[in-house]
Amino acid sequence: MKPETPTSARDADKSNRRGFLGVAAVGLAGILLAPGIRLIEVAQAAPSTGADPKVRWGMLIDSTKCRSGCTDCVTACNAEHGLPQNPKPTDAQWIRKIEIREIRTGRTQSLPVMCQHCAEPPCVDVCPTGASFKRADGIVLVDKHICIGCRYCMLACPYKARSFIHEPVTDQKPDAPRGKGTVESCTMCVHKVDRGEQPACVQACAAAGHNAIIFGNLNDPQSEIAQRVRNIQTSQLRADLKLDPSVRYHGI
Amino acid sequence: MRTRADIRNFWLLASLAAAITAVGLGAAYYMAVHGHIVTGMNNEVVWGLPHVFAIFMIVAASGVLNVASVGTVFGQPVYKKRAPLAGLLSIALLTGGLMVLMLDLGRPDRVLIAATHFNFTSVFAWNVFLYSGMVAIVVVYLWTIFERGMDRYTKPVGLAVLVWRFVLTTGTGFIFAFLVARQAYQSALLAPLFIVLSLGWGQAVFLITQSAIFAWNGRVLDDAIRHRMARLLGIFIVAALYLVAVYYLTNLYYAKQVSFVRFILLDGGIYPLLFWGGYVLIGSVLPLLLLFHPKLSCARTTFAASALVVAGAFAFLYVFIVGGQAFPLEIFPGHVVSSSFGDGAIAAYVPRLPELLLGVGGLGAALLLTVVGLRAFNFMPQDDSVSAKS
Amino acid sequence: MRSLRKLSRAAQLWLLLVGAALLTGAALLLTADVQGATAGVPMPVIEPARGGQCVKDPDYMRRNHMHVLEHQAELAVHGGVRDPRLSLKTCIQCHASQVSRSVAATKTDFCISCHTFAAVQTSCFECHAHRPANASAFPPLVHPTTGTTAHLTRQVLALDAQTPSAAPRP
Repeated sequence: MKPETPTSARDADKSNRRGFLGVAAVGLAGILLAPGIRLIEVAQAAPSTGADPKVRWGMLIDSTKCRSGCTDCVTACNAEHGLPQNPKPTDAQWIRKIEIREIRTGRTQSLPVMCQHCAEPPCVDVCPTGASFKRADGIVLVDKHICIGCRYCMLACPYKARSFIHEPVTDQKPDAPRGKGTVESCTMCVHKVDRGEQPACVQACAAAGHNAIIFGNLNDPQSEIAQRVRNIQTSQLRADLKLDPSVRYHGI
Repeated sequence: MRTRADIRNFWLLASLAAAITAVGLGAAYYMAVHGHIVTGMNNEVVWGLPHVFAIFMIVAASGVLNVASVGTVFGQPVYKKRAPLAGLLSIALLTGGLMVLMLDLGRPDRVLIAATHFNFTSVFAWNVFLYSGMVAIVVVYLWTIFERGMDRYTKPVGLAVLVWRFVLTTGTGFIFAFLVARQAYQSALLAPLFIVLSLGWGQAVFLITQSAIFAWNGRVLDDAIRHRMARLLGIFIVAALYLVAVYYLTNLYYAKQVSFVRFILLDGGIYPLLFWGGYVLIGSVLPLLLLFHPKLSCARTTFAASALVVAGAFAFLYVFIVGGQAFPLEIFPGHVVSSSFGDGAIAAYVPRLPELLLGVGGLGAALLLTVVGLRAFNFMPQDDSVSAKS
Repeated sequence: MRSLRKLSRAAQLWLLLVGAALLTGAALLLTADVQGATAGVPMPVIEPARGGQCVKDPDYMRRNHMHVLEHQAELAVHGGVRDPRLSLKTCIQCHASQVSRSVAATKTDFCISCHTFAAVQTSCFECHAHRPANASAFPPLVHPTTGTTAHLTRQVLALDAQTPSAAPRP
């Protein structure tokens, strides 16, 4: 499925400007939809330009800054998307902390693992309807309008990143639609990224002072993340599979 | 001439099959309304009992056509007479298997989307065409057999059926072979393995059905024919055992695969039990004994051997599908891992009633189609040396 | 009656069919009310949305809102093009009932009442939130005691914008 250009929507709107709110701006300026959101702002807001193929969003996780038992990123993600805070085996987990111990040396490490947003995602290859797809800016998503819930992508993912929704969902967050019978995974907080913000896990980790996760445009040589991965040693999980994930780790 | 008992028995059997199918459909509805939480599946074992049933039926549907191929393409007259029955069984099994697959989807109401949105890098998308095309091509094949004057086309259409089912079964193997990250799958060998499995399972299903039909009609199958078909089943069992052995032995050679092979063959609990006891012993060794031992081989033991092969098939698929998912993904080689999401742990899967009923419902649908098809058309193999009920 | 029996079989059947059709039509007419709804199917409750017309005029929206939503979903999900005016969240902001704070919680809420009347099932709210984000801090545009949107109606009429939801119902 190729994303269509936004021009058709704008052209259609232009011809209807007359009856549109934009014309009668002054009087409606006072109409408040919700605290801080006035109708006039919605009326005059322009559509965003969409995912930029020149951008590649990525994350760098410094696992040396991850403390075993700390789950700030997980809690933030669950709160942001309305996921259960104490999940059972059938509940969705978009990000989880994994405790690893090297068998030969005994060295332990703690790190968060989520959808790795691969450049060559196996989940996208195996999805029969094309619901699992990679956006132009590298974020891998599930289009739940066309997901039929076959779970093939869950088998294909090397990182066990995907979850299936086993029961009816209520009280969804408006920014994170999710429902029974579809598959989901970390969206890199695409609703926040499109607003120019950072993913919830990144924000929470920074707010708590750990600064273990940074987020940015891997294709921009001037971005913090691009400079960091150029200077320090980083690796990708299961790099042998050559999937080229957007999430990189330091310290493992 | 059909007796009253015949007619009554038909209706009894058809009603039974319809009832089983209805229960399966009811279970599917229950699963769709409440979600998969009512099954034993979770985020680690995402394909459970319904897939075991469905993949058996689909693989057997392809394999049962081998009876037709041996007749039509390779010219064996005994098999040629059995081609129509094989065609009917193939359509029935394929329909049953697809019914279970589609109803096990998380959103079965969206199955139409699978028919309108295609991602052709996915084997599943190809399967939409392969499976529906299989039904169509078998219908055409049956038509060339039954229709007056069309039998000069039977051989080319039969060849097309052969090629199509090889592609289809290879596709079924590819479903798993393309899963690069799973230690249980990620192997090109799975494609030929599924082809060989299909031959054995299809032959077994055919023999079971043939025995049942002959008994129903009070006829006795000629012993030479039975012996020939039994021997072929034995060959297929051996071939399948060979490929399974190659698969696990090669895996043992890779150091990184050893822990997985140990899990399946040695210390995985239910999985080694089902593999050795179910597939190898009950599903392969015992049937071979019954089929080839000169003193044991007879009509009854051939039927028993076929039934055991089918039981072994279910055991194999359970180990293959569920066991393959129960073994944890290796994200950090050389490390012991643990998390809140089941990393590093063997996943638990306990099948529950709705998924069992759905799977059995698929078998019921196949039975219903077979029974109705047999009553409606002349699928009965007419052998030259037919003897009356003894 | 004897004359009827003289007719051919075909003519008898045609007469029977026409008679049945006439009787059915009469029955329907007698039980229907003036507005065209048959007894027992409640007309949709269109709680006036705040802000007057938003995307297009109501006639267009009634027939095409599903295409607008589908198109916008495709653009937003696959292309990342987010148009705040066409976003479902914004629709819900205005159309959510002041009473239930939702578009799909009760039978009289905006989406449910019309879809029930049209007998068209939707699965939108199996996934999408049917309440606006800040449901708890909703500034009421409906007068708290009289429950009318008189103030808003006056505003909208003063702007000369066409909005049937503000017009008095027949």
